[in-house]
Amino acid sequence: MLVTNLTILVLAGFIGFAVISKIPNTLHTPLMSGTNAIHGIVLLGGLLVIGLAGNSAFNKLILVIAIAFGTINIVGGFLVTDRMLEMFKRKPTSAPKDGEQK
Amino acid sequence: MILATSFLHNENFLRVLYIAAFALFIYGLMGLTGPRTAVRGNRIAAVGMAIAVIATLLQPGEGNWGLIILGVAIGTAVGIPAARRVRMTAMPQMVALFNGVGGGAVFLIAWAEFDNTGGYAHPAGLHTAASGPVPTYVAVFSIFAAIIGSVSFWGSNIAFGKLQELLPGRPITLGSLQQPVNFALGAIAVALGVIIVAGSHSELIFILMLLAAAALGNAVVLPIGGADMPVVISMLNAATGLSAAATGVALNNPALIVAGMIVGASGSILTNLMAVAMNRSIPAIIAGGFGGGGVVEGATGAGAFEGTVRSTSAADVAMQLAYARLVVVVPGYGMAVAQAQHAVRELAKALEARGVEIKYAIHPVAGRMPGHMNVLLAEADVPYDQLKEMDDINPEFPRTDVALVIGANDVTNPAAHTNPGSPIYGMPILDVENAHSVVVIKRSMNPGFAGIENELYYKPNTSMLFGDAKSAVADITAELADI
Repeated sequence: MLVTNLTILVLAGFIGFAVISKIPNTLHTPLMSGTNAIHGIVLLGGLLVIGLAGNSAFNKLILVIAIAFGTINIVGGFLVTDRMLEMFKRKPTSAPKDGEQK
Repeated sequence: MILATSFLHNENFLRVLYIAAFALFIYGLMGLTGPRTAVRGNRIAAVGMAIAVIATLLQPGEGNWGLIILGVAIGTAVGIPAARRVRMTAMPQMVALFNGVGGGAVFLIAWAEFDNTGGYAHPAGLHTAASGPVPTYVAVFSIFAAIIGSVSFWGSNIAFGKLQELLPGRPITLGSLQQPVNFALGAIAVALGVIIVAGSHSELIFILMLLAAAALGNAVVLPIGGADMPVVISMLNAATGLSAAATGVALNNPALIVAGMIVGASGSILTNLMAVAMNRSIPAIIAGGFGGGGVVEGATGAGAFEGTVRSTSAADVAMQLAYARLVVVVPGYGMAVAQAQHAVRELAKALEARGVEIKYAIHPVAGRMPGHMNVLLAEADVPYDQLKEMDDINPEFPRTDVALVIGANDVTNPAAHTNPGSPIYGMPILDVENAHSVVVIKRSMNPGFAGIENELYYKPNTSMLFGDAKSAVADITAELADI
């Protein structure tokens, strides 16, 4: 199991390098924000551990906090990235509009 | 009905859902490579995340639904308004904060795992409530996740505090003791982690380890100046990704491994890119004092240049701009701080109405993050095709009538080409000095964050307009209307 997981780990690292290294400078901030949202996947860890039997009350408390943190990371991260990118996207439509006003 | 239920909870089906999620993550990130596909890319990645979450909730034995709903509800209630309301200029600290909570989740999960497994039970093969004996690697990866997660949580919060100006932006350092202290804190955290892996089940040791890592997170980020925070945030972003991947190995969850590792890889590249663009080495940044006094030694002192500084007025600048054919705007950190992007766009519109061609020269590290300047200008409705990257705009400066430098300093300093003794020697810069005339809008003659005098200001074709970027640009626009 460990070896399989390490294989996945290494291959995922290479995919990360291959995909990301092509991104132009201008999109680095949205990219950083987007990858930031993706590591919110730790939420899954919280969901898995809280599902196990035998969690103490203290454990349940910190896991609820962890799940809340993970959710903030995911929801906030994707939303903020979306807001940033929307600004790039609406350029082609809004530029001619500026022209019309004049 | 029974068939449907068992199908949903089938382990292979869940794996397939995870594979779909990975594919969407990777495809989404590929979409982020272009401005036109980026929005879709981000949404595709978000769909992947939703699938990964649903697949996890379908795991056999999943329970405690009330608590899960509670946690998710709190997270949503906090996350959505925060993301909706944040201003674009405050984006870097928001990313820092979201990164911090991710790191927080990682170390809390590692802590809960610790309690759950009887302290990563080892070596006697202690059986836990949930499953069989706990292999050693679970302890190793969990401890790694706990330490890095804690460093990332505290480091990101400090970064947030500095950018939000809750903490002083200047470096807070222990001087020459800084590195030994950082090293000692790191060594203590690792040593305590080793004790746990070796079989100690003491929760006290685990908590002490978290505290040492927390202190390390503070000690690493506090000495770094506010202007250099992006490199640190990017580094912490990568660290959180790696710690999530480690959590995945400990919990035997491929979704965490893949997503965490992709973030780890991307964050490392970004960090490196930023450091290269600033001509700094990553070890030097971590060593502390960056962005404050650290680089001043060896910098040329004031008054070392021939020539004098020429001060100009808004009316003169307006006149110059009105009769120019090509104006290149060089925005920098100062523009972001003064929130002058909308004023700049107004000026550009007024000039375009007079038939002046406008371009924006974007240095890779202008603003507070790579690409931050593009976001700020995009927010102010600047057409995307007017934004030129450094390599595209540099050949255009010789035919530029006026280069309007707004709140940018070190990225325009010719010393990077001419003075081998300068700390920024070798850093790629925008060659604004080649323009027919240069107008620099700046608060004062204070040097930039690198603490270096800028020879550009003493050139005969340069004039300075002193003042706040926003009001200075607005003044120019007002004067322009009278011409």
